[in-house]
Amino acid sequence: MSANVGILIVSHSHQLAEGAADMVRQMVGDKIPLGWCGGNVDGGLGTDLGKIKQKMEETWTPEGLAVLVDVGGAETNSEMAIGLLDSSMSSSVIICDAPIVEGAIMAAAEAASGSPLAVVVKTAEESFS
Amino acid sequence: MVSNEIIRTAIRYYYQSISDHFELLTNLDTAIGDGDHGENMVRGMKAVVDKLDAITCQEMDQVVHDIGLTLVMKIGGASGPLYGSFFMSAGKFLQGRSLEKGTIAEALNAGVKAVKHRGKSRDGEKTLLDVMVPVYETFMEFSDSHSRITDYLNQILVEADRGLESTRLMKATKGRASFLGDRSIGHLDPGAKSCQLMFHSICQAVRDHLKEGELAE
Repeated sequence: MSANVGILIVSHSHQLAEGAADMVRQMVGDKIPLGWCGGNVDGGLGTDLGKIKQKMEETWTPEGLAVLVDVGGAETNSEMAIGLLDSSMSSSVIICDAPIVEGAIMAAAEAASGSPLAVVVKTAEESFS
Repeated sequence: MVSNEIIRTAIRYYYQSISDHFELLTNLDTAIGDGDHGENMVRGMKAVVDKLDAITCQEMDQVVHDIGLTLVMKIGGASGPLYGSFFMSAGKFLQGRSLEKGTIAEALNAGVKAVKHRGKSRDGEKTLLDVMVPVYETFMEFSDSHSRITDYLNQILVEADRGLESTRLMKATKGRASFLGDRSIGHLDPGAKSCQLMFHSICQAVRDHLKEGELAE
């Protein structure tokens, strides 16, 4: 399992992140490391930098980690989290410019087939079209 | 020129100010965003106040950096990474440097640059940068002059107010407000408002300490 790229879903909403992760699991089972987080530190809508960083560390593999985000702060907080990671990890964590649900499913399916990070990210970003 | 005491006072003032303007920030953000800016800023500043002693007992560069880190960890909205990047980058710049006005101007520059980079934005796009950039430019003028900071405090506040007001007629192209397109025109930007309040708090703290004669200039 650790030979595959990991996928992390970062939403403003706990339920949305959990639901998207459920859909991904249904597609790819446990063939990839999958993480998700949503909500601010008080549990309301928002994002939590500390949680995102922790989830990145848990979900990252030596093959890398593709991150799917929803709007605004989910993206910028994920960028901040990458900046706080150990440099051995941060160079192989990429935020996909893709819709969170479709992107996560496409990226996960690609990752489950053993593709490298660049291909996983490209596949997620093509889910736009 | 800048002491940790001024920073402590500024932090207290800003927490008070953000709390006093909670409703206004919420209303501004409800009009063009997701309505959580007041709540987020109060949460962020409360965390800074809660850790006031631990943060401000350090060297100045670490004080500034840790204010940013605390804000980004707690704010939880899009403004967290922006305020966080501002202070963390300014703090990093100050590391190992003496606190002269030219150095502070350069630290501000590092902070503003980091906000632009993080937000993929610049001034003129209805964000806190519309307050930050003119304030930075005014501080640069001060730094290049032989004037005392007292001569510039009013001008900094005027520029902060003017910058805030300028966001009213702008169309948002960044953040949640950009989804509204033309309908964002006519509303002040909530991030610009919280940023204007921040500079007011900082200037008030500087003024207070000048009165106490703590500052050499």
